[in-house]
Amino acid sequence: MQLEQFLESSACKYPDKLALVFEQQRLTYGEIERSCNRLAHALVDAGIERGDRVVICLPNCVEAVLAVFAALKASAVFVFVNHSTKADKLAYILNNSRAAALVTWDSKLKELPGTDDSIPYTRVIFGVGTAEVCSSECQRIGKPLTLVDAAVSAQGLDRPPQKKCIDIDLAALIYTSGSTGRPKGVMLSHLNMVSAATSITTYLENTADDVVVNVLPLSFDYGLYQVLMMFKVGGRVVLEPSFAYPFQVLKHLIEEGVTGLPLVPTVSALLLQLDLSKYRFPSLRYITNTAAALPTHHIKDLRRLFPEVKIYSMYGLTECKRVSYLPPEQIDARPTSVGRGMPNEEVYIVDDEGHRVGPGVVGELVIRGANVMKGYWELPEETARVLKPGPLPGENALHSGDLFRSDEEGYLYFVGRRDDIIKTRGEKVSPREVEDVIYGVDGVAEVAVIGIPDPVLGNAIKAVVSLRPGATVTQRDILGRCREKLEDFMVPKLVEFQAALPKTESGKISKRLIPAAEASA
Amino acid sequence: MEQLNGALRNFIVENFLFGQPFDFSDNESFLKKGIIDSTGVVELVSWVEERYGIRVEDEEIVPDNLDSINNLCRFIERKTCVVR
Repeated sequence: MQLEQFLESSACKYPDKLALVFEQQRLTYGEIERSCNRLAHALVDAGIERGDRVVICLPNCVEAVLAVFAALKASAVFVFVNHSTKADKLAYILNNSRAAALVTWDSKLKELPGTDDSIPYTRVIFGVGTAEVCSSECQRIGKPLTLVDAAVSAQGLDRPPQKKCIDIDLAALIYTSGSTGRPKGVMLSHLNMVSAATSITTYLENTADDVVVNVLPLSFDYGLYQVLMMFKVGGRVVLEPSFAYPFQVLKHLIEEGVTGLPLVPTVSALLLQLDLSKYRFPSLRYITNTAAALPTHHIKDLRRLFPEVKIYSMYGLTECKRVSYLPPEQIDARPTSVGRGMPNEEVYIVDDEGHRVGPGVVGELVIRGANVMKGYWELPEETARVLKPGPLPGENALHSGDLFRSDEEGYLYFVGRRDDIIKTRGEKVSPREVEDVIYGVDGVAEVAVIGIPDPVLGNAIKAVVSLRPGATVTQRDILGRCREKLEDFMVPKLVEFQAALPKTESGKISKRLIPAAEASA
Repeated sequence: MEQLNGALRNFIVENFLFGQPFDFSDNESFLKKGIIDSTGVVELVSWVEERYGIRVEDEEIVPDNLDSINNLCRFIERKTCVVR
């Protein structure tokens, strides 16, 4: 089975059923299927072939959903990029993936550099928003433009283009922060994504009666899968631009009869700050959490606010989508556990020699299953570090890099990460990527970026900086540069200046010694 | 109106863009432009309350009131008018 068939089979079964709600727009499965088919034909007409990469850089909106399925229907590979990604990094991803097409909106086009052709592989741009702006910007950039609006309203071509993929072909590249500072593309086949969506909808017991509200960006696999999974079961997605306006989301939660609410700890922290006493959510059936562990007091508060609602504590990695979930009936007994492997997947813990360890022993978590990625795009060495031979000939098992222990009954407990990747607001941030930007500020001698515990963000990003003699760099200079170059969630919350950063014996900056140096300062 | 517009733009540029030159019109959504995120709205609301001496009710924390320079201007003018 291929991923776009989630939509196609629901459109066949429930053509008139409401599938997607976004602001004032309400679309049925039949309407979405038709629009995606038309957009897919426009991609094929623009020369997009089987396996070509199509980068989608859009905020949450109807066109973002259409673009994902249209790319799949055109036998292409979609690459969803966070809409706050700045021009330099977007160009890096376009070039690294050698994307043949870019789908983005008018104001992002304004940020792209001019005609020096910094994105040589990208042959065509699909624009969302004002026609005049898209057109003049594409002229400036020197690329042909197709307007998404025009493509989806073209009459005829309501049937999908001919299918050219098989299920072991790639469906998506999802770029994730790497410890080198450059994002790497996680290669996911149709089979990987169909398997993950099937396992998750199985344990969440999703049906066509479900209505899920999604406040998370579609660039984040947890957000993307809300759409994929609802389309799989024929349910409805209420797509929100973000959780910036919580009361608007709560209103939709009630009006749309939402049954599923996916959270990350930052959203749950914002939710729990609100006075919810005057609201009732009779339709709500389940809440899920992933990206980082839900603090125990959040679980208690959520249980008190939503006593009838099932709460699923989960853990995952982009490299295999989801690893584990805690059955809701276990949450009071094991609030700090992220549960066990999901259906049709095996997880176990190994020591440094790769031998499986028993309960209570800390080791690296390993994942086996059809959901495990095909590797990192054009990075064979990095791939070999995480995909290692599994028990069967030719099989690869995913070595997560995360340290876990299990209890006697096999429930998993997160212990820590092996690398220094920071999780903030549920997003992974490479300290190296932020440090590289700060080193670009004239006058900065040394910088170390670390994560410090924060009640809302999980971890807040902190930059500890030392300056060259005589330099007059301010906090504003550093944050301004970060704002210019980095996605919003990567911008440090705190900047601290120190005369010199603590070093290891070999003279390298020691992040481990930074808190100690602060305490004695 | 012009003065209010300038004060709002100044606050947004200083606090969310750290003074970076960033091209956005009075009509453009802060969220879609990636200027303000989920945690930023809380900050914006407390500043508006303090600066203009108004109370922003929970139900008023919606994009129609807060998500662009123009929306903010209209909202603050309406609220300060009521206070007077």
